[in-house]
Amino acid sequence: MRLDIVLRVLAKLLIPFALMFASYVQFHGDFGPGGGFQAGVIIAAAVIFYAVIYGLPSARKVVPDGVIEAMIALGVLIYAGVGVVGMLLGGNFLDYFVLAHDTVHGQHRGIFWVEVGVAVTVSAVMLKIFYVFAARRRDAEEESS
Amino acid sequence: MTNLQPTIAPDTLLTQHLPILLVIVPLLSAPLIVLLRRSFLSWLVAMIASVAAFGIAALLLQQVLASDGVIAYAIGNWEAPLGIELRVDAVNAFVAFIVALVGVFVLPYCRIGIAAEVRQEEHYLFYAMLMLCLCGLLGILLTGDAFNVFVFLEISSLATYVLIAMGRDRRALVASYQYLLMGTVGATLYVIGIGILYLQTGTLNLADMAQRLSGVGDVRATLAALAFITVGVSLKIALFPLHLWLPNAYAYSPSAVSAFLAATATKVSIYVLMRYYFTVFGAVTVFDAHNTGMILLALSLAAMFIPAVVAIFQRDVKRLLAYSSVSQIGYITLGISLGTVGGLTAAIAHLFNHALTKGALFLVLGGIVLRCGGANLDRLAGIGRTMPVAAFAFVIGGLSLIGIPGTAGFISKWYLVTAAMAEGQWWLAGAVMMSSLLAVIYVWRFVEVAYFQAPPDDHPPVGEAPLSMRVPALLMVGACVYFGLDATWSGEVATRAATALLEGWQ
Repeated sequence: MRLDIVLRVLAKLLIPFALMFASYVQFHGDFGPGGGFQAGVIIAAAVIFYAVIYGLPSARKVVPDGVIEAMIALGVLIYAGVGVVGMLLGGNFLDYFVLAHDTVHGQHRGIFWVEVGVAVTVSAVMLKIFYVFAARRRDAEEESS
Repeated sequence: MTNLQPTIAPDTLLTQHLPILLVIVPLLSAPLIVLLRRSFLSWLVAMIASVAAFGIAALLLQQVLASDGVIAYAIGNWEAPLGIELRVDAVNAFVAFIVALVGVFVLPYCRIGIAAEVRQEEHYLFYAMLMLCLCGLLGILLTGDAFNVFVFLEISSLATYVLIAMGRDRRALVASYQYLLMGTVGATLYVIGIGILYLQTGTLNLADMAQRLSGVGDVRATLAALAFITVGVSLKIALFPLHLWLPNAYAYSPSAVSAFLAATATKVSIYVLMRYYFTVFGAVTVFDAHNTGMILLALSLAAMFIPAVVAIFQRDVKRLLAYSSVSQIGYITLGISLGTVGGLTAAIAHLFNHALTKGALFLVLGGIVLRCGGANLDRLAGIGRTMPVAAFAFVIGGLSLIGIPGTAGFISKWYLVTAAMAEGQWWLAGAVMMSSLLAVIYVWRFVEVAYFQAPPDDHPPVGEAPLSMRVPALLMVGACVYFGLDATWSGEVATRAATALLEGWQ
């Protein structure tokens, strides 16, 4: 498949659009259908597409395992961090009302950052699952050889 | 609803936010541990988080006992029943205190105990999972929302499956898978139960649900919900005959995990059952209208005897203790099945005392396994000579398991027998005694091997477990004796908790 020029060129053309679409789903999620989970899955899908066409090793070069693991943890920290910021500003845990002077604005800000956290963790978890499954046969072959 | 004060004094911040802090301190420590990766650093963060959680749990318990009411905390400042709230009274504050206490005992123990059983590069994942498990268990206890209970149940369960699978024995993987299947079935049944209740009442807030259920009257759907929740939660409790996942899970997981799970996981599920029986459905519906008490009583009696007999025939001491756990759970559910303040006091007291006893036994056993290379009775021969302190500590823990006066186990059995007699059920008191005799036999099997048999030829040289494992284990054994000699505090809190449970959240 590596020599198939059509697939390689198409993938290169499509992946930026997939990532763009992910960011649309992410940031427009405040006003319409979408949000961090969906955007995270689309980001992961773009990388998986890359891995399918260009092979797992090159995908692992673009998004290394260490980065994925850090992202899984980071997303949770961002989410919970928003909650803690709410507490430090005098509200309750995950209190978005106190995040800005205007309560509606505060809700927007809270949701925005929480969804960023969700997107980071979800995309990383999806990729981690893909890497683990995709690497299974490879690792087994390396062990036997 | 809004509060635009930019700063707030630290002490009010602390006291006002105690319930949520108890959940988020372990929650925040887990991703932090993953980012740090280093074995020692991750242990340190977990240690700090669990000590902090214990401090918060103690303060929270003190606050609840002083205020003599319910502390509610609206997450995100959305008032209940619209938003999710944490709701703390004497019952869940006490159980949360137990869980956090066990966490503080187990973590220092992990440093060496886990180094011997889990691969170096997986240490940080182990601690992250342990913290997530702690967070899930505390979350189940504190939340006042039916679906939130499920979410935290899944957090703690998923973490538990991973922790069990980290055991050195390859059978740990199968044990974990077995628990995963059974646990998932249990959680699913629980969710179906909530679904029915949600359809009936239109709310997920437990206090609100209780209020609206009393207006619904006695209908078939309530009975179905009661049945689904009872069976689902009983799977998690490992109530006989739904205990099949438990022996393998305890036997093959790392020693520290066995100790932590044996002392906390089933106890938290028992709390969920009590909360639903007494707060949500109400004792009248559960015990008078549907006679659930009789079913629970029959299962408790079966649990007190059958697994205890099975325990006698185990060759592996970890499995022996696991079957003994199933048997001891029978005492707790027996107390619940009486449906009286006395019975509930006995159940809650045994929750505490058995957590101490079983936690202590598994911690001591972990040290023995580390030195003897296995928990099989053959490997433990002559342990009374090679590891005198550990063997003696194990015997003390065993005495507490039997319920000998002067140990914590005696206190809760005393409460249980008194409660049964107060109901005029003398034969139940007799059954508790009989079942204790079975405990004598399985504890004796250890004593016989440890003190009356010569050590095997390849026995390790005389010496005790490392200090960091010995001290927590001995402290916990000490706690068993302390709370056996002076049960004023634990008994009083258990009584308060039982009263609070029967009063409900209205």
